[in-house]
Amino acid sequence: MIKDYLKISNKKFKSRLIVGTGKYKNFKQTCDAISSSGAEIVTVAVRRVNILDKKKPMLSDYLSPKKYLYLPNTAGCYNSKEALRTLRLAREMGGWNLVKLEVLGDKRTLYPNMIETINSTKILVKEGFKVMVYCSDDPIQAKILEDCGASAIMPLASPIGSGLGIQNKINISLIIKKSKVPVIVDAGIGTASDATVAMELGCDGVLINSAIAMARDPTMMAKSFKHAVKAGRKSFLAGRMKKNFFGIASSPKKGLI
Amino acid sequence: MAKIQINGKKVNLKNTISILELVKKYKLTKKAVAIELNGKILPKAKYKQLLKDKDIIEIVHFIGGG
Repeated sequence: MIKDYLKISNKKFKSRLIVGTGKYKNFKQTCDAISSSGAEIVTVAVRRVNILDKKKPMLSDYLSPKKYLYLPNTAGCYNSKEALRTLRLAREMGGWNLVKLEVLGDKRTLYPNMIETINSTKILVKEGFKVMVYCSDDPIQAKILEDCGASAIMPLASPIGSGLGIQNKINISLIIKKSKVPVIVDAGIGTASDATVAMELGCDGVLINSAIAMARDPTMMAKSFKHAVKAGRKSFLAGRMKKNFFGIASSPKKGLI
Repeated sequence: MAKIQINGKKVNLKNTISILELVKKYKLTKKAVAIELNGKILPKAKYKQLLKDKDIIEIVHFIGGG
């Protein structure tokens, strides 16, 4: 059997599902859900330590950085300066180069500011980072990012946290067809079948946070996503049947009574 | 006495201490943190550096996020 890996930069992963660690009720719930998802990569944010409460538990007490690859993200950054500062601190802290860049352009839609995103990507690549980049579902912008040296292209399915699913399958397909680096749908996935659709289109992976964390039962939803991503991948690899406008019977006419 | 700022909060230090001692004071020695001193990242090798008046420090860590 040929092993089917997700390869980002020079790293290989068995799971094509990347999960976020935000929005959970508590660290126990985060840990249970993520463990059920089978994900190997988890996104994390960089924030100030609460110096007033020395005993406050930390994410790393529940999700071991030895077990999961922490993917630092720049969520909440609205310009290149903030994003670069965040990722440089993240690299100092974690000691690895693989990061997720996300430069937002608007507080209401959380759509990316592509000019700031592209400029940040160029600088980070020069500094030796391996950058996975959140971007609009525009094939031209995605290609520009790849040409700038992005390690993965992460187009949105729909606005972050909206749960609206893939709104433009054509654009996602165009991005996949034109990219040589992995394409990972990020943002907007609402339920497991959305992830399957993304994988069937040929995406290399999906990133899910809200759809798991905001489910009534996050652990069960995490399991559902684990299977949905695998199903979508297998379906893509198997090659779907041709679409026909009219009905074509499955049973032979010969021998009809 | 040095008046410094840590994570946006004003802190008065009675004695001159190093960054390392500050990290110990907040029980962060075993935690993965990164420190910025006056806008520049401070590598761990330089934690023995002493804090001085008006220093601005940011101590960050990884938290849950998307």
